[in-house]
Amino acid sequence: MTTDAATLPTATAGPSLWGRMMKGQTGPVCVMLIGLFVLWYVGAVFLNLPGQIDRNARAKLDWTVPQLVEATLSQERPVLPAPHQVAAEMYKTIFATKITSKRSLVYHTWVTLSSTLLGFGLGTVLGIVLAVGIVHVLTLEKSLMPWVISSQTIPILAIAPMIIVVLGAIGLKGLIPKAMISTYLCFFPVTIGMVKGLRSPDHIQLDLMRTYNASRWQTFLALRWPSAMPFLFASLKVAIAISLVGAIVGELPTGAQSGLGARLLAGSYYGQTVQIWAALLTAAFVAAMMVVIVGFFEKRVLERMGARA
Amino acid sequence: MTLQAVVNNVAPMAASKDVVVDIQKMSLTFQTADGPVYALSEVDLTINRGEFVSFIGPSGCGKTTLLRVIADLERATGGDMLVNGVSPRQAREERAYGYVFQAPALLPWRSIERNVTLPLEIMEIPREERIKRAHEALKLVELNGFEKKFPWQLSGGMQQRASIARALSFDADLLLMDEPFGALDEIVRDHLNEQLLKLWARTNKTVAFVTHSIPEAVFLSSKIVVMSPRPGRIIDVIETDFAKDRTLDVRETPEFLEVAHRVREGLRAGHSYDD
Repeated sequence: MTTDAATLPTATAGPSLWGRMMKGQTGPVCVMLIGLFVLWYVGAVFLNLPGQIDRNARAKLDWTVPQLVEATLSQERPVLPAPHQVAAEMYKTIFATKITSKRSLVYHTWVTLSSTLLGFGLGTVLGIVLAVGIVHVLTLEKSLMPWVISSQTIPILAIAPMIIVVLGAIGLKGLIPKAMISTYLCFFPVTIGMVKGLRSPDHIQLDLMRTYNASRWQTFLALRWPSAMPFLFASLKVAIAISLVGAIVGELPTGAQSGLGARLLAGSYYGQTVQIWAALLTAAFVAAMMVVIVGFFEKRVLERMGARA
Repeated sequence: MTLQAVVNNVAPMAASKDVVVDIQKMSLTFQTADGPVYALSEVDLTINRGEFVSFIGPSGCGKTTLLRVIADLERATGGDMLVNGVSPRQAREERAYGYVFQAPALLPWRSIERNVTLPLEIMEIPREERIKRAHEALKLVELNGFEKKFPWQLSGGMQQRASIARALSFDADLLLMDEPFGALDEIVRDHLNEQLLKLWARTNKTVAFVTHSIPEAVFLSSKIVVMSPRPGRIIDVIETDFAKDRTLDVRETPEFLEVAHRVREGLRAGHSYDD
């Protein structure tokens, strides 16, 4: 083989594995992920280092640098737990514990998820009803919209205990008050998105319906509602994520015994940072999954509505 | 005035048997922040059954506004008018006309067939009948075979034909068309003009057609209404008598050129530009 031939790419060999990976999304995503883990480990070492040195000094231990680094990554209550510690905790509490146990993260996730979904459902219905009213009734547009907006300027941490207390006084405890907080948060993006969506038809399309002498209800069904679908799904993705936040926040002020919020609270009482991070990551994962599920329905619905592939 | 009203009440059909649109001294003034805009001023016009009437004039002459007033999409601020012997509003409520807009305005989430059946759904016609009529209407515009396609899969010209099929689907006797071919290239436009003419000859509908193309107006119309801006008014009405089965070749004939010349003269006379 001559050197010339060696430098020419052969006909049968495609681009290298690396080249193919970097061309698609797999490569870049992997690189980002690895970078994130490296950053996390470095952060864990640096943040846990002062405490570890202190502890070693008090125990009058001699240490080498590798020993010290290893110790910072295996503390019981680190300032920032290392990824593998969180992973181990998640494995233990998700897979290695019976799901009916109060130590199981699946159990706590389910408690939070049930009020998230209930709150999301109620919030979506409320948000759509408000949007329909605002679009169709001038009085509601003038009177309701400022309230809808100002409702979201109140910090949820301030109003959540009030909702729990007030609902508790009329005998509602547990799931419903938490769901109410989710509803309170997630109706807002739905209302804003749907008002925009229901008003998205062109003048020409509205004129068209007018030439058919279509009633408001017919115009709503045939034109406004389908036009609003892309807006609705964009709103639902935001709504379902903040609905989970609402459910977690709802668990904090009551000292709830179960739920991801309760896990966070218990973890912070006892300095169980690994437990906190495990609950946090689980919450993030659940939120991401719910957004993916909404995205799946979005794709299906828009495909049926003739969206371009 | 009163007598007219009485006559219309007693026998509206008898009074307007062959008059589809009757406009007398109609004016329309838009109130804007910069003061009133006189969109239409003292317009008198009659459109008889079976006529193909074109409205031609420069932008701002109120030709689209006039069509919209007939369709009850705008309300006149003065004068009298009757559509099918009743007020424009009643005519709209009776679904007396099909309207074709400048843009196809097809609903992107509906197939072509379901776009054409849209008015029939709103008129609560049974499903089978809807589909039958949609197929007939699509056949009239030579779009059979495209029922299940979505609008984005069709060219601009085909989309506009689909929107004409939609306007035809409920078989109104009056067809109002607002520059339907304005956005299309000349070759497609010629083709659609021929198709539209055939359609008109076959269905005997009354057509009111807004355009700013002189050849299009002369080729299609049995009556050409020349308009002028500021304020919008009618400055000439030209009747033509080309054969109903004319083809594009008629555009080369001296008669055609003569009519086109008169339209151009009218437009020039009404021109108020200072150049």
